Amino acid sequence: MHRTGELYGQFQTLEQQKESATLGMWVFLITEILFFGGIFMAYTINRHAYPTAFGVGGNMLDLFLGAANTVVLIASSLTMAMAVWAAQTSKKPLVTVFLILTLILGGVFLGVKVVEYKQKFDHHLIPGHNFDITYCSRNPAACHLSDADLIKEKKEIKEAIEVENSADPEGAGVTALNAHAQLYFSLYFGMTGLHALHMVIGAGLLLWLILEARKGRFDANYNTPVENIGLYWHFVDIVWIFLFPLLYLINRHLA
Amino acid sequence: MSSTQPPLSPQPQVENQLPREHYLNATYGIRSWLLTTDHKRIALLYLISVTFFFFIGGIFASLIRIHLLTPGGYLVTPETYNKLFTMHGVAMIFFFLIPSIPAVLGNFLIPIMIGAKDLAFPKINLLSWYIYLVGGAFVLYSFATGGLDTGWTFYTPLSSIYSNSAVTPAVIGIFINGFSSILTGLNFIITVHTMRAPGMTWFRLPLFVWAHYATSLIFILGTPVIAITLLLAGLERMFHMGFFNPVYGGDPILFQHLFWFYSHPAVYIMILPAMGVISEIIPTFARKPIFGYDFIAASSIGIAVIGFIVWAHHMFVTGQATYAALAFSFLSYLVAIPSAVKVFNWTATLYKGSISFDTPMLYGLGFIGLFTIGGLTGLFLACLGLDIHLHDTYFVVAHFHYIMVGGAIMGYLGGIHFWWPKITGRLYPEYLARIAAITLFVGFNLTFFPQFILGYLGMPRRYHDYPPEYQVLNVMSTAGASILALGYLLPMIYLTWSMRYGKVAGKNPWPATGLEWTTDSPPLTENFHETPVVDWEPYDFLHRPELGLLGATSKKPVPAHGDD
Amino acid sequence: MSEHIVSPKLYFAVFAALMLGTAITVWAAYVDLGRLNIVVALGIATIKMTLVILFFMHGKYSSRRTKLIIASGFFWLAIMLVLTLADYTTRHPEPSRSQLAPVPTLQSEAGSLGSV
Repeated sequence: MHRTGELYGQFQTLEQQKESATLGMWVFLITEILFFGGIFMAYTINRHAYPTAFGVGGNMLDLFLGAANTVVLIASSLTMAMAVWAAQTSKKPLVTVFLILTLILGGVFLGVKVVEYKQKFDHHLIPGHNFDITYCSRNPAACHLSDADLIKEKKEIKEAIEVENSADPEGAGVTALNAHAQLYFSLYFGMTGLHALHMVIGAGLLLWLILEARKGRFDANYNTPVENIGLYWHFVDIVWIFLFPLLYLINRHLA
Repeated sequence: MSSTQPPLSPQPQVENQLPREHYLNATYGIRSWLLTTDHKRIALLYLISVTFFFFIGGIFASLIRIHLLTPGGYLVTPETYNKLFTMHGVAMIFFFLIPSIPAVLGNFLIPIMIGAKDLAFPKINLLSWYIYLVGGAFVLYSFATGGLDTGWTFYTPLSSIYSNSAVTPAVIGIFINGFSSILTGLNFIITVHTMRAPGMTWFRLPLFVWAHYATSLIFILGTPVIAITLLLAGLERMFHMGFFNPVYGGDPILFQHLFWFYSHPAVYIMILPAMGVISEIIPTFARKPIFGYDFIAASSIGIAVIGFIVWAHHMFVTGQATYAALAFSFLSYLVAIPSAVKVFNWTATLYKGSISFDTPMLYGLGFIGLFTIGGLTGLFLACLGLDIHLHDTYFVVAHFHYIMVGGAIMGYLGGIHFWWPKITGRLYPEYLARIAAITLFVGFNLTFFPQFILGYLGMPRRYHDYPPEYQVLNVMSTAGASILALGYLLPMIYLTWSMRYGKVAGKNPWPATGLEWTTDSPPLTENFHETPVVDWEPYDFLHRPELGLLGATSKKPVPAHGDD
Repeated sequence: MSEHIVSPKLYFAVFAALMLGTAITVWAAYVDLGRLNIVVALGIATIKMTLVILFFMHGKYSSRRTKLIIASGFFWLAIMLVLTLADYTTRHPEPSRSQLAPVPTLQSEAGSLGSV
């Protein structure tokens, strides 16, 4: 088993090895762009078809938690970039510090997502499980809605039902709204779930990196794993940078 | 060392003996194979696995053809028939055709052709094979526990809601298998960029390498999309999410867009490597440099790129917008151009060449003819008006089999025969191999040409039954299939035989140009005794008299063509 | 190795820009810009992404080859989005059944091919 930093047999020079590893990670990230791209495509088509229902669904999300998560994840990208800097300048103890910070911030992000998912479950917003977009407007206490929020939500749902009715007079408005909102939440769980899965994988990679960094393995001569796992982490951040406005910031001005 | 010839190894291979040490005998035991990181051994592991799936797909094909001998469909029930053509397609496309040339010949040859010791990521190469096996296991499980009846195209909402067959394990298996493709493509791309030997510039690369580079672009850019598409269909099936379900407002056509975004480029994954093989075979057996090297290289990239913008020609009758249909139809005509460039250049290579009809050349010539027919009939289908009549008929079935069997499989077999001496160190029996190639060619045409006529006459595809007036053509097709089967079985027998009893091949039995022919047969684990330094142009038959072309003169210095 | 080392100051500056972008995008969501809301949101997200790629991922300091790889990933994504939308946005909605004229039926006559 090769120790990190040694030249692997198929390469002629360390330079070639590093170049290959970094190029490999970039090409892998391209595959991830297309992978997430498919579900973004599905989102685009469905939002184009049902803008009202998507707005109603989007307003059910907790904007504060979403924005907080955005800040947390971008901060974790900062600490990851700092870890790479520390490795490049041979500040070995700092490498470990920054990597641990990154992991902690990532953990916070995932913790908040768990809270959000639980909230969706309580509010009957899980597709296929007694999904009911009107649940919160009919049970404001269960959803911790203030009176002002309740009025806003009821108004929004009422208007959305009217839009559905005018689009398709033969379909029952609330059923159609429920169906289309369920589509929104399917995409919500699909996209954020896929993103969270990538974060979990990233957390695992960070853990490995921390264990290696603690042994002092990364310095100006050799820091390829830090850099490449950093690339992966930044990519996951970029996906969230798009998920946040697309899922959380639809028609907020109408609410 | 003279710089006008490729370097000879310090221990030149004695012509009637295998080299003392090579990759097959370097280490022994099952662990040395199952845990190998040697690209050549991994190629052989793939050879065994893809051949296994070829058998599976072939069994389903045989059942289909036997069932279609008579109208009325007496062999299997309609539901079972649906499963037969689905499983035939899934096994053949995902587990045979897509991996075949890249994972077997590409893995074996690319490092040697560029003068490297191995691919950039040998362990990832091995991982690809295991991922392939896991994916295959899921799909076999699906076949065994109720089968699959959705068509290999998995159209929703049949696949995501209504089908009662084992869809979920199948989509999981294909999803997993996609990663095998992605990792192989990633490996090839990085390898070609960073692992080339000194002097091996981009424009000295064999066209086989160019073809695989282009194929790898498709692996990287296309496969992730089928992955997410099948994931969404699977989620819809398992958790009743509504992406493609009209009841929730979802759109089945969205599935088709996403599915074909990959699956159309996938057909170029299946044909580009075969074209790469042909680009190696034709110059060798015409003993002439290939005509228009730059254009063939560029056309590989061109096919890969344009292949990504034509997908909705599979969807002309779905109710898509007319303007979109027009655009896709036009673009589909465009993608034929780089393919035609190749066919013209291969033909020009043959012109005034010193041609011999060894088995690889028979497959090569067969490829050119059959691929041309398949490609031209694709243009018939790309025409919007004609497609209304021909869509979902046997015309389409004949078209794609001409390309995938007449093209891709002939390329695969031609390549296997061409490089067999390099892979095993031994020659296959030439006359028997020629007979097998001709048998295959005859059987193939008898199987699939009648299907063009059937389709034109209106016989729909994926139907278990047909009106009696179509029976004669169906019987011809089934008869052809039995001859085709013989054409496949013969090589399996004599190639296996030759591994033990074949004549020792020596380094360069044909002879051919290319770095792989300068090293031992079979090669060392590290491929070369010392790293080659390249300063000659590819297919340089004219300047290397030792390769046997009459009138060839010794090498004149040639300016370097281009650099990365 | 000839590696460009980005200074922490630049990293923090980019971070500040990203925070600003996040704040603006949340604020803009509460302003009624009609159809421009999505444009603004995606535009800001694109700027944020560009900053992450250029500076956090060292895209600005990478080889031409790496830049080409990054660009082609997005180009391919654009192909998928644009051409699929080309279908959906140019479709004409089906008129509802009540609005269609009645379809004329063929008269069935003895000796004719029969009604279809």
